[in-house]
Amino acid sequence: MTTPMAASTEAATRARLTGRRTASRRAVTDRLMRTLALVATLLCVLPLGAVLIFVTINGIGALNIDLLTKAPRALGNGGGALNAIAGTLQMVPLAALIAVPVGVAGGVYVSEFAGARAGRVVRFAADVLVGVPSILIGLFVFTFLVLPFKQFNAFAGSVSLALIMVPVILRTTEEMLGLVPRSLREGALALGIPVWRTVLSVVIPTGLGGILTGVMLAVARAMGETAPLLFTALGSRLVNVGDFGRPMDALPLFIYMNARQPYEAQNQQAWGAAFLLMLIVLIINVAVRARTWGRQIGG
Amino acid sequence: MTAFSPSRLARRGSGSRLPDRLFRGSSRVLAWALVVSLIGLGAMLLVNGWGAFATFGPAFVIGTDWDPVKNIYGALPFIVGTLLSSAIALVIAAPIGLLTAIFLAELAPRRVAIPLTFTIELLAAIPSVVFGLWGVFVLSPFLQSTIEAWAVDTLGWIPIFAGPPFGVGLFAAGVILSIMILPTIVSIAREVIGSIPNSQREAMYALGATRWEVVTRAVLPAARSGIAGAIILGFGRALGETMAVTMVIGNAQSIPQSLFDQAQTIASQIATTFNEAQVGIQTSSLIALGLVLLVITLGLNVGARVLVGRTVTGAGGR
Amino acid sequence: MTVISTKRIGVLALAAAVLAGACSSAATPAPTTAPSAAASGVASAAPGASVPLPPSANVTLTGTGATFPVPLYDVWNDAFNFKYKTVQVDYKGIGSGGGIKAITEQTVDYGASDAALTEAAIAALPAGSKVLHIPTVLGAVVVIYNVAGLDLNLDGTTVANIFLGKITKWNDPAIVALNSGATLPDLAIKVVHRSDGSGTTNAFTTYLDTVSPDWKSQVGKGTDVKWPTGIGAAGNDGVAGGVKGDANKGAIGYVELNYATTAKLTSAKIKNAAGKFVAGSTAGVTAAAEGAVASFPADFRQAPIINGAGDATYPVAAYTYLLVYQAQKDANKAQALVAYIYWGLTDGQTTTGGLGYARLPEPIRVKALQQLHLITVNGTAVWP
Repeated sequence: MTTPMAASTEAATRARLTGRRTASRRAVTDRLMRTLALVATLLCVLPLGAVLIFVTINGIGALNIDLLTKAPRALGNGGGALNAIAGTLQMVPLAALIAVPVGVAGGVYVSEFAGARAGRVVRFAADVLVGVPSILIGLFVFTFLVLPFKQFNAFAGSVSLALIMVPVILRTTEEMLGLVPRSLREGALALGIPVWRTVLSVVIPTGLGGILTGVMLAVARAMGETAPLLFTALGSRLVNVGDFGRPMDALPLFIYMNARQPYEAQNQQAWGAAFLLMLIVLIINVAVRARTWGRQIGG
Repeated sequence: MTAFSPSRLARRGSGSRLPDRLFRGSSRVLAWALVVSLIGLGAMLLVNGWGAFATFGPAFVIGTDWDPVKNIYGALPFIVGTLLSSAIALVIAAPIGLLTAIFLAELAPRRVAIPLTFTIELLAAIPSVVFGLWGVFVLSPFLQSTIEAWAVDTLGWIPIFAGPPFGVGLFAAGVILSIMILPTIVSIAREVIGSIPNSQREAMYALGATRWEVVTRAVLPAARSGIAGAIILGFGRALGETMAVTMVIGNAQSIPQSLFDQAQTIASQIATTFNEAQVGIQTSSLIALGLVLLVITLGLNVGARVLVGRTVTGAGGR
Repeated sequence: MTVISTKRIGVLALAAAVLAGACSSAATPAPTTAPSAAASGVASAAPGASVPLPPSANVTLTGTGATFPVPLYDVWNDAFNFKYKTVQVDYKGIGSGGGIKAITEQTVDYGASDAALTEAAIAALPAGSKVLHIPTVLGAVVVIYNVAGLDLNLDGTTVANIFLGKITKWNDPAIVALNSGATLPDLAIKVVHRSDGSGTTNAFTTYLDTVSPDWKSQVGKGTDVKWPTGIGAAGNDGVAGGVKGDANKGAIGYVELNYATTAKLTSAKIKNAAGKFVAGSTAGVTAAAEGAVASFPADFRQAPIINGAGDATYPVAAYTYLLVYQAQKDANKAQALVAYIYWGLTDGQTTTGGLGYARLPEPIRVKALQQLHLITVNGTAVWP
């Protein structure tokens, strides 16, 4: 497939390479464009740096014991983000509890059992779902889990987050299981081990590292989602512990609500919460990705 | 993409033992639950949004008035706001992202490229609402006093640069979106470029070409459709992005006339008004908006994946 | 900065006073007489009448709606929970439109709105159900602006023209004419309005609709309108945030009086029906409310009080309501709800002034309390 195109470019290049005048210009272009590429790369890193720096500086300034241990008070007079912290720490784990079995089982199905066409359909659906704007997931869950129960509720919030996590987990599981050598499965089956045990005790453990990576990245993503919670968990000023039938706050909702306030104190709390959220999300990402990164550098 | 048969355990012992049947059955049910939710999502938007299409017909999509007083709903301001803010993001992010991808894949030494790639991927992990907070308190005031003030002063006679500069608006939304889609464009474009076989580069070097010439004449032409896919995926991500945009776009429900005007995207309109919309035609119109967004993003995503898949499997070769 | 903090201290002290009041009355075991209401100068519904108490079981009431009374309800809810430990009230300000939607869809225990339900909204309620409008306080909608050192006078037509996008500069002749002697900068006007359905918007646009024929024909009135110009912001808090600060120089917006005072934003004096320029104040709202008592509708659906007569009357005032179903389903919640609203209409009224809200005129307060007797569970009155 390379020959015709490569041949024509080759001829064109050879024609241009003759002549000394162009040679220096070519060198200049080369250097210029390479510099430009470097500048572009720096421009890419710059906003990351800017966000990190501003959130850290403003966030650390706003960080105090009250932020971590108190519920919001009226009019932004003191108080903290405990409602949001507690909410995130409940809704995200419940979402993972729903999403991990579904995602892993789905991945196992596509990798181990599905026929070519069924596999393609499920994989395609997962890819599509990843691309669906998260606000639409909120609308969807609102219709099925808020309207019928006549109450904004944290369970609906968890389900929305789970819908965001499932496709990510499914695709990583499927890809990781694809890397498990066929001989392992055949060996296990040859020993008379039933299929379900082969999958659970041979195939999945082999791909476990990769699957966990997918799960953690999905958790990190769900933790930062705001839009799907707007119409489901709604948010709340109260510290709601364990009542998934009622509204619950979450760190992203807390940031959104407090960012728009005219009160300095509440803006400060938004920065503090943003710092917390970013810290957790980045730690998960760095920890998980560092493994892959280390492998790449080492290899 | 991967060299394995998709049904690795399918034929073995089919239906022989009850636990196996149960295991297989339940994994199938859970996998299809995902497909069903996706279909359910589309169906819900269609059914609950149908009222708007039935009431307004094509005027729902081309109408310019979103008027809750008269109960007339036309989605054009939000469609335009969505496309424009994403287009601005693309104009900024596509060249920068592509150059960065070239730098990382072709020009930089590995020990520089890998940590940089890692850093840029972290950008994708920062929650949208954190970008929004930063956008409200840092980026918009900065843009207002620098680029916007300058543009309005010197170019203000051109309608699209007309002031006054308020910071929040279409331009700020475009800039923040460009930052948010950079990681998407960079990581996919980098992957696509990396998959171009070395033989093509070597042929050019043998002819005495500079590195940049190798990039533009050998690598980019071969990676063309994959790069297009990367850019379209970035565009798709920008279209559906909600929180950061909602916080900086200015939430004005009319078609923007200038780069610095306030606007509203489909996603931000749903986010800011769904909880308050009156039951009936206003709610149904918002859900219909959601359907329009779903159709646009799905179309782009599917198209982009086809393009990326073509380059990576075609040129990457096995 | 210092002014903000003193303001905060003031508000804190006020909240503390309410808490203390609540505390002392809780310490007095007198379930059958009105507690601190009489002591604090607010008459109870009827002397000697029973006080509805919340159930002994733990109950959480959820409500959403208007952002206009959020600061007040936040203070109320903290104080009420301090008095009755078993009841937590979870109120979230998302906009009056949201309160109406939530009560219609029954996703909350009560809604809140500063706009009464329209006929269309009543028609959209579940068949056979009836929603009670219970007024809690009144507020003023004030025009806030961000121009340093300016003491602004405006009249209705000018406000309308600014929000129509016809007046775009602070030194426009129309503004200059109303502010002789003031230095007006050559600065663009940045209009900030609500992006969500809002009772504040309803009151404000009802005002503009009354005073400006252009506004009436081009925009109209309602909780959510098609704004000809400007930036949309969510909630009263969002509008206040969008007008405040150096980044927003030249901005103008409209909020409930409380947001202007607590967020330390300057607001314009508006020309009232008597031709006087008056600043938004609880006194100005009370004057408006007293003037409208005689015409208060039997179904409580009072439209915003626009251009009331009297020299001191502020021209844009509105009641804010709690919306509750007359027929409740959950006995505990219904009991808690009645106790809560009763408390708000008695003890709660003392909190209002310092927060920038006007307490209900006495005849209206009495009528509102009587409405509580109508609330039933399975056909039995909760508070007979």
